[in-house]
Amino acid sequence: MTYVRPTFRHPDLPKNKINFTKKDYEGALSTLCAGCGHDSISGAIAQACFELSVEPHRIAKLSGIGCSSKTPAYFLGNSHGFNSVHGRMPSVATGAYLANRDLVYFGVSGDGDSASIGMGQFVHAIRRNLNMVYVVMNNGCYGLTKGQDSATADNGSKSKAGSTNLFNAIDLVGLGLELGATFVARSFSGDKTQLIPLIKAAISHPGFALIDVISPCVTFNNNVGSTKSYDYVREHIEATSTVDFVPVMEEITASYDDAKEVTLHDGSALHLQKLHQGWNPEDKLSAMNAIQNSKEKGEILTGLIYIEPNTNALHDVLQTTKTPLNTLKEDLLCPGVDALEALNQSLR
Amino acid sequence: MKFPLFENVNMTQVNDFVVRFANVNGTGSASANSMFAKAIFRMGVPVTPKNIFPSNIQGLPTWYEVRVSEKGYLGRREGIDLMVSVNPQSMLKDVQSVRSGGYFMYDSTKPLHKEYIREDITYLGIPLMGICMEQYTDPRQRQLFKNIIYVGALSALLDIEFAVLEQLLAEQFKGKEKLIPANVQALQLGVKYVQENFQFPLEIRVERRDLVGNRIMFDGNGACGLGAVYAGATVAAWYPITPSTSVVEKFEKYAKKFRTDKETGEKNYAIVQAEDELAAIGMVIGANWNGARSFTATSGPGVSLMNEFLGLGYFAEIPAVLIDVQRTGPSTGMPTRTQQSDITISAYASHGDTKHVLLFPSNPKDCFELTADAFDLAERLQTPIIVLTDLDLGMNDHMSEPFEWNPERKYDRGKVYTAEDLENMGRFGRYLDSDGDGIPYRTYPGTHPTKGSYFTRGTSRDEYAVYTEDSAVYVRNMQRLEKKWETAKDLVPKPYFYQEKNMSPLGVIFFGTSTYSSEEAIDLLREQDVVLDAMQLKAFPFNKDVEQFIEDHEVVFVIEQNRDAQMRSLLINELEINPKKLIRVLNYDGMPITADKIVKEISKNLTIA
Repeated sequence: MTYVRPTFRHPDLPKNKINFTKKDYEGALSTLCAGCGHDSISGAIAQACFELSVEPHRIAKLSGIGCSSKTPAYFLGNSHGFNSVHGRMPSVATGAYLANRDLVYFGVSGDGDSASIGMGQFVHAIRRNLNMVYVVMNNGCYGLTKGQDSATADNGSKSKAGSTNLFNAIDLVGLGLELGATFVARSFSGDKTQLIPLIKAAISHPGFALIDVISPCVTFNNNVGSTKSYDYVREHIEATSTVDFVPVMEEITASYDDAKEVTLHDGSALHLQKLHQGWNPEDKLSAMNAIQNSKEKGEILTGLIYIEPNTNALHDVLQTTKTPLNTLKEDLLCPGVDALEALNQSLR
Repeated sequence: MKFPLFENVNMTQVNDFVVRFANVNGTGSASANSMFAKAIFRMGVPVTPKNIFPSNIQGLPTWYEVRVSEKGYLGRREGIDLMVSVNPQSMLKDVQSVRSGGYFMYDSTKPLHKEYIREDITYLGIPLMGICMEQYTDPRQRQLFKNIIYVGALSALLDIEFAVLEQLLAEQFKGKEKLIPANVQALQLGVKYVQENFQFPLEIRVERRDLVGNRIMFDGNGACGLGAVYAGATVAAWYPITPSTSVVEKFEKYAKKFRTDKETGEKNYAIVQAEDELAAIGMVIGANWNGARSFTATSGPGVSLMNEFLGLGYFAEIPAVLIDVQRTGPSTGMPTRTQQSDITISAYASHGDTKHVLLFPSNPKDCFELTADAFDLAERLQTPIIVLTDLDLGMNDHMSEPFEWNPERKYDRGKVYTAEDLENMGRFGRYLDSDGDGIPYRTYPGTHPTKGSYFTRGTSRDEYAVYTEDSAVYVRNMQRLEKKWETAKDLVPKPYFYQEKNMSPLGVIFFGTSTYSSEEAIDLLREQDVVLDAMQLKAFPFNKDVEQFIEDHEVVFVIEQNRDAQMRSLLINELEINPKKLIRVLNYDGMPITADKIVKEISKNLTIA
């Protein structure tokens, strides 16, 4: 890991539309292993927020426990972050989202955090359609406790220590589709050109956006025989499409053959260059088929798998006021003395 | 066969008796029985009803016990003066539980088997099913009106004013007035049968008094839910568990009524039924971290599950309010019976060095006020606050002083920097002890574009929330948390003293629902010339007043409803008291503690002494 970061920044660093430079989206120095895929994802999140001109302080980062869950310290230093309890990030995110519907919520989790100890909470966060981006940094192993297999490790995959995983993998993308997640994507930490537009689209999506990012563990799961090593993933990756995110009111300049455009609720758009036959990102059945087919063929299907662009998130379902609940004061919250006296009277 | 006896029974018991109803769960008896209790309350006589029910929806035996007490004693009393037996399943046990000289009302449609006959009690046979078969054709009506008929019969036997019952029916069926005449008629059927067959009223009876004043009848769970509405809770997350379920149900009821925009239907609150208690407390922590007042309600098994998050709340200094309606443990224990047995787990919930502020309400008014105070304390102290109530308080109606709210009251949102504060200050340090009271300042997410953000985690950070595993920094932080704990001692509610000046070398300590019977026991012992100074605990941590009270007495009895004398242990542990000085007075059979039991336990120890 690097332990010194140069403080020098070019005085003419490019600024985004709201006058922030990329530096304003950086976090503390990472303490993860050199070459860790997670750091690339952190960089992609910061880059996506910079490009999308999200005010850094209007983002909240939440995580559970594990290598993945340490990363919110390493990006978006001007945002509040919360490193909570193992597998319980979804509940903390739910509470935070209920308290203030106006922030952008990033949940960062790992395969141990989401597919094992936190499976219950992961499942229910999807079911409730929180308006949040849920990033799983998926390396198929427990890095922080030195490389035990996780529940997303493929059956037959070999660990660095040489043992073979004997159990079937949980596919979070397939599960997310089944549970009704309204934005489901998979990407690879080594493919920023795909990951950054996906993160931007996920931020713009008004409901639960799941991005399962295969992120090889350079220390414990990057060996021959592992199905989540850099080499293996690069050899078996298969994209649904190329993805281009077009923010609101921005002119579309590029043109594609066989392109599909998905308009998001805020007017921004996703351009998808279809590479995969028989797949339509707004048709869940074809998305499920594409996932199953690629699995059969031993491919890792990436890109935007499924999207339901117009969706009602939890606050809409609960009919909560548009004003963030954490800003309400006594005048709207306390029923007052007269109401209490009337209640007393009814109890006599 | 030996029958339980209640000593000192006065044979003419005006406004001083216990009636127990033996019903089948799920047969509509609850509303008839509560009408009976409410009628006595309306006649100005103190009354305390208690549900004694199984963990079952339909079919098993359930009891409803009503104590009438001219002296205003609201605790449970042993010795049943009148048993209303409408459940064949439990009839033998029910006959046996009547005190010698008492009454046994039963359905005489079929003759009573001889094993149910005792010489020392009076039988009041009313052919309830027979009357219903004759009067009604619909089976559901036969079932429901049976209950109303026995209430009518009781009104004649006990001299309960018929007009009061009529009024209660009118209130109960407001908007469904068509149902009133049939119910009044059912009451009259009961009255008529008594008039034609028995000498009435009985020696136990009700006489109108003016002893209730402006008091109300309400359940503790409802009062907690209402307190949360008044305190401005906006996010409630919960998982259903007996006996706490109605806390959030009542919160929802009142929030819906008072916090819904009449035009748009938009709500100034959000309620989520979580997937489990782990998630419920996680949501509460998340919402409070983000600046909303949020709470959950649970019982012992839920507290067990919430331990990890409670610890995080303590270390990461996040407000939270948890209402624990205690029950008899464990998960497959006796979930519908009462206890005060979550004291230890609540006080020290979680791994590591953790301590939590506890509040102990003892009646519905306390539930309302202490729940509201819990939100202020949680935000002032930036820590979880646990309100420890119990099944007896939560799920039964209690006679209580009316609710009060100071119209000038402002929520104490604690130490929070605004964008303006941040703009005008130097570097923000989330865990700096700027005021010397151990309580740092916090910021809500989204406050300021470049200042005030921080990364929340347990303890591996310095005063500026920067990651470190430096031992000295860890120790410094732990010491500040200890200082905050000292600050809490002055902020939590003080204990209540029953005397202005100590009068005895003997003291007694109690809290929560043990209060009712403790007060009565103190009176009973005084009649035997045993004088006790009394202190009611309202909160943990214990402040100096608590310490002083124990110091000022030679022997102190600690009355509580658990096996291990958990409050006693907490006092010994926290105040470093010689254990021999604190004598345990315990009840842990799942039933509310009685004055009789307390008197016996204390007397036994006095004889030894």
